[in-house]
Amino acid sequence: MTFLARIQITLKPSVLDPQGGAVTKALGALGFDEVSDVRVGRYLEMRLSAQDEAAAERRVTQMCDALLANLIIERYEFSLAEEAS
Amino acid sequence: MRFAVTVFPGSNCDEDAAQAVARVLDAPVDLVWHQTATLDGYDAVIIPGGFSYGDYLRAGAIARFSPVMTAVAAHAAAGKPVLGICNGFQVLTEAGLLPGTLLPNDSLQFRCEFVSARVETTDTVFTCGYTKGQVIRLPIAHGQGAYYADDETLADLRRHDQIVFRYDGENPNGSADHIAGIVNRGRNVLGMMPHPERAVHELLGSSDGAPLFTSLLRSWERRVAHDA
Repeated sequence: MTFLARIQITLKPSVLDPQGGAVTKALGALGFDEVSDVRVGRYLEMRLSAQDEAAAERRVTQMCDALLANLIIERYEFSLAEEAS
Repeated sequence: MRFAVTVFPGSNCDEDAAQAVARVLDAPVDLVWHQTATLDGYDAVIIPGGFSYGDYLRAGAIARFSPVMTAVAAHAAAGKPVLGICNGFQVLTEAGLLPGTLLPNDSLQFRCEFVSARVETTDTVFTCGYTKGQVIRLPIAHGQGAYYADDETLADLRRHDQIVFRYDGENPNGSADHIAGIVNRGRNVLGMMPHPERAVHELLGSSDGAPLFTSLLRSWERRVAHDA
């Protein structure tokens, strides 16, 4: 089976995000006064083949833990969608 | 004493590090390509600055999976000195050889300038040639140098005298507790954001980095004499 994984990696709330702060300010300067607390993260998509959804979930979790996220400062969540092969 | 300087795609301070070893210590030094799986025969390893793998994903995140990093981990486990400078520091944290990580500078600017750093401990093979509390001038050149660790880890670093350098005066990147460099519990793996290899002669604006290299040599000579 082939799955499309959509992975979102975000900074933990305890970690300061100067980039998000700069984006918040820039949006304010453009008149979007209603915006506060922008946090910039990372989004990845990948295709992977696996026996079933549980196996795909295990593999993506391993990938996130080993490489895609730095668990000292980041956390991740992902979704899996089965693709027609 | 024989030195290895690891070279990743995107390393750019490897020659500077090798030159510092050769000129300050007159010691043999080799540039070692990251695909090399062994560091046998080397007494010290330097992981230089630069942008390994273009800093893709996170600085140091991909370099840590290079074959040479397995050799670096073995070298560190054997108690031999490992020095990570700038990107080398980032690689060492990503590899789990040092605690914490490096975040983008709080100013969001790439900072390239001389800074003052205080030597907080001389109880390492890297800093035994300085005096405790000595303020030295070293250049920095980084966009992602804000040392970060959770409070528990920071307390642990303080308790075990693992904070080796702190910025003196202005903190150029917003690092936790003004940290500029830390050592592991075994005291043989040092990571630091400032560049000692770029400050080994007055012609370079400072020679305050030179004692770091002479400290390594003296420590090694003492160890060899002791083992003999």
